[in-house]
Amino acid sequence: MSTAIAHALNEGLRSVMEEDDKVLLIGEDIGRLGGVFRVTDGLQKDFGEQRVVDAPLGEAGIVGSAIGLAMAGYRPVCEIQFDGFVFPAMNQIITQLAKYRHRSEGRVSLPVVIRIPVGGGIGAIEHHSESPEAYFAHTAGLRVVSPSSAQEAYDLIRASVRSDDPVVFLEPKHNYWLKGEIDRSAAPAPIGTAKVVRPGDDLTLVTYGALVPTAVKVAAAAAEDGRSVEVIDLRSLSPIDDATIFASVERTGRLVVAHEASQTAGLGSEIVARVQDELFYSLEAPAIRVTGYDTPYPPSRLEGDWLPGLDRILDAIDRSFTY
Amino acid sequence: MTDDLFSLLSPDGVLSDAANASVDLRGMFSDMVMSRRVDTEAIALQRQGELGLWPSMLGQEAAQVGAGRALNPRDVAFPTYREHGVAWCRGVDPVSLLGLFRGTTLGGWDPTANNFNLYTLVIGAQTLHAVGYAMGIVRDGDVGTGDPERDRAVLVFLGDGALSEGETNEAFVWAAAQNLPIVFFCQNNQWAISAPYSVQSRVPVAQRAQGFGFRGVRVDGNDVVASHAVTVEALEQARAGNGPTLIEAFTYRRNPHTTSDDDGRYREGAMTDDWTTLDPIERLRTYLTTIGTDEDFFAEVASQETELSERLRAGCRALPDPEPASSFLHTYAEMPADLERQMNDHLEYVAAGEADPA
Ligand SMILES: Cc1ncc(C[n+]2csc(CCOP(=O)(O)OP(=O)(O)O)c2C)c(N)n1
Ligand SMILES: [Mg+2]
Repeated sequence: MSTAIAHALNEGLRSVMEEDDKVLLIGEDIGRLGGVFRVTDGLQKDFGEQRVVDAPLGEAGIVGSAIGLAMAGYRPVCEIQFDGFVFPAMNQIITQLAKYRHRSEGRVSLPVVIRIPVGGGIGAIEHHSESPEAYFAHTAGLRVVSPSSAQEAYDLIRASVRSDDPVVFLEPKHNYWLKGEIDRSAAPAPIGTAKVVRPGDDLTLVTYGALVPTAVKVAAAAAEDGRSVEVIDLRSLSPIDDATIFASVERTGRLVVAHEASQTAGLGSEIVARVQDELFYSLEAPAIRVTGYDTPYPPSRLEGDWLPGLDRILDAIDRSFTY
Repeated sequence: MTDDLFSLLSPDGVLSDAANASVDLRGMFSDMVMSRRVDTEAIALQRQGELGLWPSMLGQEAAQVGAGRALNPRDVAFPTYREHGVAWCRGVDPVSLLGLFRGTTLGGWDPTANNFNLYTLVIGAQTLHAVGYAMGIVRDGDVGTGDPERDRAVLVFLGDGALSEGETNEAFVWAAAQNLPIVFFCQNNQWAISAPYSVQSRVPVAQRAQGFGFRGVRVDGNDVVASHAVTVEALEQARAGNGPTLIEAFTYRRNPHTTSDDDGRYREGAMTDDWTTLDPIERLRTYLTTIGTDEDFFAEVASQETELSERLRAGCRALPDPEPASSFLHTYAEMPADLERQMNDHLEYVAAGEADPA
């Protein structure tokens, strides 16, 4: 039976709540409504209002109080309603959550998870389609992950809740209803590792989140042109799993990185820099980034062309092969 | 919970002697009917796929029209995303309200043209902008001169949920500390999506002003006459240099949060039914009928409504799609060279796609 990503997250949360009664959820509208994407559907009914907390409308409050709960021995999982609404919590995330382990010289862990639906392509109004991952990846002390399938969602949310580091958990909202099989018995890969989702020999295509299924389609289309594209799902945006990327690019000699977020100081820039640093002599072509543009996210009528999709990624692959 | 509300027009349409005899009740009626029509029509357009989303203001017409009509032209309003009735009173073309929700723009109107700022979707953010604007008014010397052509104030809208944001509370602190010419108009529609007001606070909204050091007033938000009267008074105090007021217009969000919301998951229909009987338009209609208002007046409003509907439907479909270059053009005062390169790549890509739509 296949499961949608939103349901896989729900199931993953439920399972960790059953296993550990220190796990609790805090967020706006997550109780009776079950969250605007229904990820927490039914959990308040089954675990009660002490463990599934409908927060007052304040993101600083959600994250700040999660920090205090973590200090008191709990493992809070926060839900931020949309990507564009995490910013009131940024102070708590950056100045407090990310730094407390460091400040306490390793004595205190803050096992807080911050779940945020991210990304565009859903025809939404402003602040509902953004990709804020770089702000978090830039902040030392946070782990940043993003699942791309039901299996990854189930595994990653469970691993994130168990992590002793704070985790920013980015859910690609465009694919909440994408279904896939889940193997619940398999030991999940440790947090912090990338995954080759489609092997190939001629070019490495690195992406994450909502663009992973697109990248797989890109690889299929490129195969028709006789090009064998290896697709890597980053899964962990911080830290970046260099080893998996390097091993691939060393073989293929070509790299394209794709993400919805704007280009400047984005994840793509970091990956490209690392690869040229380590594999300069293995590269057959310059590494290419395919990203959102350096503008605010556009009105939804323009998002189709603004977002990097199949065509723009294929174009980049063509360009790589002109070298 | 409603008994300590200031009211002038009772739910069954009886007007108190305390009401100002010179207020334009017909104008209020017409504004409420027309803004409800904007709302109804927008919901229909959303259902037809012409809009992505619409936040309905059904039931909040009296609060919005009462407040909107209290503004002088030189006063400045800072709305949330639900202030369609205030926009109407300010003379903003209602078709332009649709663009944000159709995805053709992130704004839709010139915020300086009618002193009606752009909608703000990030809860609470506009409260601080209003504070800063009021600070500007003070520095311009446009407060407390006694000259009605000169003195002005800021009217900022917020919801009951917005009271929990840190930024809103900072706005209260600033407004009080500097005794600013600002009125906070909180429509307590009792819901923040699925969260009832009890999730936010244990005391009525208006009471919260006290702790910050300014006036709080609680008014029946379904009574347009009272909503207007308290806002007129609060704005006068602000313009005169007597500092801020927090108005709580106690009302009810009769529709789901937006067209995407399913309120059956978190509230009982019965409460919505109760509030339907407290309809702000019907009570004024009753009063106007009682005093023998001419049938022609109602007929005229109805025909303006029909015209408005047609204008909205046609206007919505005619809203132009933004140019692909527009995001790039408006990001900076002067486009940086690297962004210009991105724009040119993008335009080339879009043009190639149009040439070869496969
Ligand atoms: C900072 C922020 N957090 C969360 C949201 C998501 N959100 C949109 S409307 C809303 C509820 C607002 O309630 P209220 O202030 O009472 O205004 P109403 O919608 O009732 O007019 C929420 C939580 C948001 N827009 N901004
Ligand atoms: Mg509300």
